[in-house]
Amino acid sequence: MAPPQAPSPTLLRVERMSMRFGGLTAVDDLSFDVRRGDITALIGPNGAGKTTVFNCITGFYKPTSGRISMAPDGAIDSAALDALTRSGARGGEGLHLLERMPDHEIARDARVARTFQNIRLFAGMTALENLIVAQHRPLMRASAFSLAGLIGAPSYRAAEQAARDKARDWLDRIGLTARADDPAGALPYGDQRRLEIARAMCADPVLLCLDEPAAGLNPRESAELNALLRSIRDDGTSLLLIEHDMSVVMEISDHVVVLDYGRKIADGAPAEIRADPSVIAAYLGVPDEEVAAVEQEIGA
Amino acid sequence: MAETSSVRAALADAARYGLIAGALAFPILALRVEPDFSNKLVLETRWSWMLGAAIAAFVIRLVLALAPARAARRTLATAVDAPSAGGKTATRAIAAFGLGLIVAWPLIVLFTFGPAGALKWIDNYGVQILIYVMLGWGLNIVVGLAGLLDLGYVAFYAVGAYAYALLATNYGVSFWLCLPLAGILAAFWGILLGFPVLRLRGDYLAIVTLAFGEIIRIVLVNFSALTNGDAGIASIPRVTFFGLPFIAGPKGFAAYFDIPFSPIHRVVFLYYLILALALVTSLVTLRLRRLPIGRAWEALREDEIACRSLGLDTTKIKLTAFALGAMFGGFAGAFFAVRQGFVSPSSFNFVESATILAIVVLGGRGSQIGVAAAAIAIVGGSELLRELDFLKQIFGDGFDPTQYRMLLVGLAMVVMMNWRPRGFVSSRTPTIFLGERKTIAADLVQEGRG
Amino acid sequence: MEVFLQQLINGLTLGSIYGLIAIGYTMVFGIIGMVNFAHGDVFMLSAFIALILFIALQQFFGFDALAPSFVIVLFASMALTGLWNFVIERLAYRRLRGSFRLAPLISAIGMSIFLSNFVYVAQGPRNKSAPPMFSEVIKLTSGGAYDVTLSYKQILIVVVTAVLLAAFWFVVQKTPLGRAQRACEQDAKMAALLGVDVNRTIAATFVIGAALAAVAGVLYMLYYGVVNAADGFVPGVKAFTAAVLGGIGSIPGAVLGGLLIGLIETFWSAYFSADYKDVAAFSILAVTLIFMPTGLLGRPEVEKV
Repeated sequence: MAPPQAPSPTLLRVERMSMRFGGLTAVDDLSFDVRRGDITALIGPNGAGKTTVFNCITGFYKPTSGRISMAPDGAIDSAALDALTRSGARGGEGLHLLERMPDHEIARDARVARTFQNIRLFAGMTALENLIVAQHRPLMRASAFSLAGLIGAPSYRAAEQAARDKARDWLDRIGLTARADDPAGALPYGDQRRLEIARAMCADPVLLCLDEPAAGLNPRESAELNALLRSIRDDGTSLLLIEHDMSVVMEISDHVVVLDYGRKIADGAPAEIRADPSVIAAYLGVPDEEVAAVEQEIGA
Repeated sequence: MAETSSVRAALADAARYGLIAGALAFPILALRVEPDFSNKLVLETRWSWMLGAAIAAFVIRLVLALAPARAARRTLATAVDAPSAGGKTATRAIAAFGLGLIVAWPLIVLFTFGPAGALKWIDNYGVQILIYVMLGWGLNIVVGLAGLLDLGYVAFYAVGAYAYALLATNYGVSFWLCLPLAGILAAFWGILLGFPVLRLRGDYLAIVTLAFGEIIRIVLVNFSALTNGDAGIASIPRVTFFGLPFIAGPKGFAAYFDIPFSPIHRVVFLYYLILALALVTSLVTLRLRRLPIGRAWEALREDEIACRSLGLDTTKIKLTAFALGAMFGGFAGAFFAVRQGFVSPSSFNFVESATILAIVVLGGRGSQIGVAAAAIAIVGGSELLRELDFLKQIFGDGFDPTQYRMLLVGLAMVVMMNWRPRGFVSSRTPTIFLGERKTIAADLVQEGRG
Repeated sequence: MEVFLQQLINGLTLGSIYGLIAIGYTMVFGIIGMVNFAHGDVFMLSAFIALILFIALQQFFGFDALAPSFVIVLFASMALTGLWNFVIERLAYRRLRGSFRLAPLISAIGMSIFLSNFVYVAQGPRNKSAPPMFSEVIKLTSGGAYDVTLSYKQILIVVVTAVLLAAFWFVVQKTPLGRAQRACEQDAKMAALLGVDVNRTIAATFVIGAALAAVAGVLYMLYYGVVNAADGFVPGVKAFTAAVLGGIGSIPGAVLGGLLIGLIETFWSAYFSADYKDVAAFSILAVTLIFMPTGLLGRPEVEKV
């Protein structure tokens, strides 16, 4: 038995979130927490609504109902959260209500960055440029909204050098330094996946959301990815990821949330999830009665 | 054997095209309606035109089918797409030579044709082209870098022109003060119009900018109290040499510098003024491209959703591109007004927007040299059409070669989209690099998700 | 009251014409997601073809029975305009289907410029005034301040529009072609895998759109009695506005939008300002696209992330 630890503070909280498209309910009354310093995995069969949850968290969709809160610097405090909800504001004092914010503010202020299922790099720009664009905010400030940059002020040059160094560090970490000046669209698929993660990290997020990062990777690349994700977590960025590949999920995640048909059917540590009959049923398509029978047998 | 059968197939195919072209040409080319002296419409027959269309289609199709077109296209495309190290220095040399030629142009023609003969060459082939180079470069920020299709660009040109015309004729404000004001006003209008529309999808954005452009033109036509309607504003003060007017009297430019008066002075001055304005446009754009804002424009063109996921405020970024493009349009407009001494709404119709767009599209969105070359080809080409008066002797008096200008521009846009959709110069140079700067081939560069 | 009734009649007539053109925009947008910028010029071309054929019938064949020549001209210009649009689609748009989204739009803008200038060069810059046709009127009210009239032309326009729309509706709803069109609208790749000839379906869409625009062109020529090579642009934009207002992609929406735009334009001219009547249409276009891009009957579009 592992010694009981004090749970780390909650970074992101999704409460009673639903998303409907016309008559279709993609996500139904979903609640879960993401804790600081964890790798949280969101899993479920195809069409379970995982990407929709991502799009709601990152602001690309507005959930039909529910609350999504994020505390980039501290922990979510229920009392402060309720006060903020009542105030009608989008956020304040280290707490943000994501369902009220436009997507770019979620990335900028709530510091949630993401990658996409179908990679969205700036294909015609080089790998380096992709990482520089992600550092738009600090660079923009350093260029005094282009004025200092236009005249080539030294302060801006220093900032650009810093941005370039940061980008180079990330290129080193993902092993793409040699291809820094090649267009992102010309890189092999696995490199593009890693570059997209590096780009998101260059935006300095507190929570990194990855939509199927291991999709289409070969076993070696997949193992490298696991190491990369762990190192990102160990450096202090929490992760929320959607994944199909169970070996990845079981190996690296600290916490797993299982969705089926838009509903949460399980939520816990990987070992608990692995043993949960309703999860097995959802993945194998076993009818509910049989699940009940199995549950009876094992005495659950 | 295979050879002859393929030739026979090509012939049959070309014949089919010829027949279809003939059918298309049947009423619209073969028969021309004209009112007779009693104003009743009668038809003239021109069966030769119809036959000509059919034969032209037949020949073009046959040539395309028989010529090894694909191979030729591929070699040409690679030649332009991937300039090697040698190619790059060649490009730079061409640019330097071009710039030198442009700077020296008035002197060259003055030397060659003398003051009287040079006027046309400096004005029609110099100033006129440079205005469009500048407009093309201004629109290139919006269309080429940020990937936003703006079909109402001419509205900002009009704002600049009317700003100078009205301020100068009503309040006597000097051109040198109006020039920055015109740019600021146009940028202001750009923000005003841009703000509601910039969240729209690309093709909707294009249509709405078209609508705004037309609304501004209709208002110019109908708001006669201010704009004098269709008649326009005449006798706008001419350009001065920083205060010295180009007149024959003792207070003029010629007297001040103690040289004999000549009308060419003003034209040469206008030439260098628009050249300076155009170069400023280009330099600012090139510089901005290497700054965060410029990279954000290009990132926006590549993938707007990814931009938003990285915390870029895409509306603001689009707005800066729109406003900046509008500002350069406004400068060009003020210059247009001071050059013509007359503005009217008919100078700012959709055809004008389409011409500027065609320059950007044909030149290669994002490329400064390509846009300049396209402006020279389109504007210089239409000036050249004027010179083709001798064709009247072949085609009869009714033949007016300038009528074919927009016909050719439209055709060129269609052909370019199908042949090289990214324009003539379509590769892209990275804005920052670790090792070496490599040119990025056109097929990777996105054009705005639309 | 009389003014109102008269404008209602005029507005519905004009709206029928806009509705016919708008269907071409909406169908093409529905099936390949492209704003067919040249459609207004195709419409203008058809009006010219109709005018030429009319005069040709009189001048070369001495055929001046109005009703039969109207029918001949109508069908002949539908066929010829359909052929034109077939060729245009083949040459200017087909290769661009897989290209970036703005490529077909730019090509269509080029085609629009080409067509209007082609007609300008071929037929000259002057306005062509057609001989008056069907100009008898029925007085609906008299004795008031103002006689409300309904002209034969207007009856003809509304009746022809209604009949052809019914025929068109049958094609789209009940025939294999209509089914193929709807399949391509949903998912062209899937439709192709299931054996739908996507190229032919799209070509047919362009031909049908052009044929309906040709009907509008014939009726326009009849109604206004004047055609000019520059006449494609503004009616084209207005019809596009109609398509957007009705909900682009929706065929009933296009007809509804057309009628609304016709009514708004006539009432605006009558009660506010004829000078600014085009501003009304352009403003509706901008406002609709900005504030309700799905229009009245359109389906909402969810951005794919």
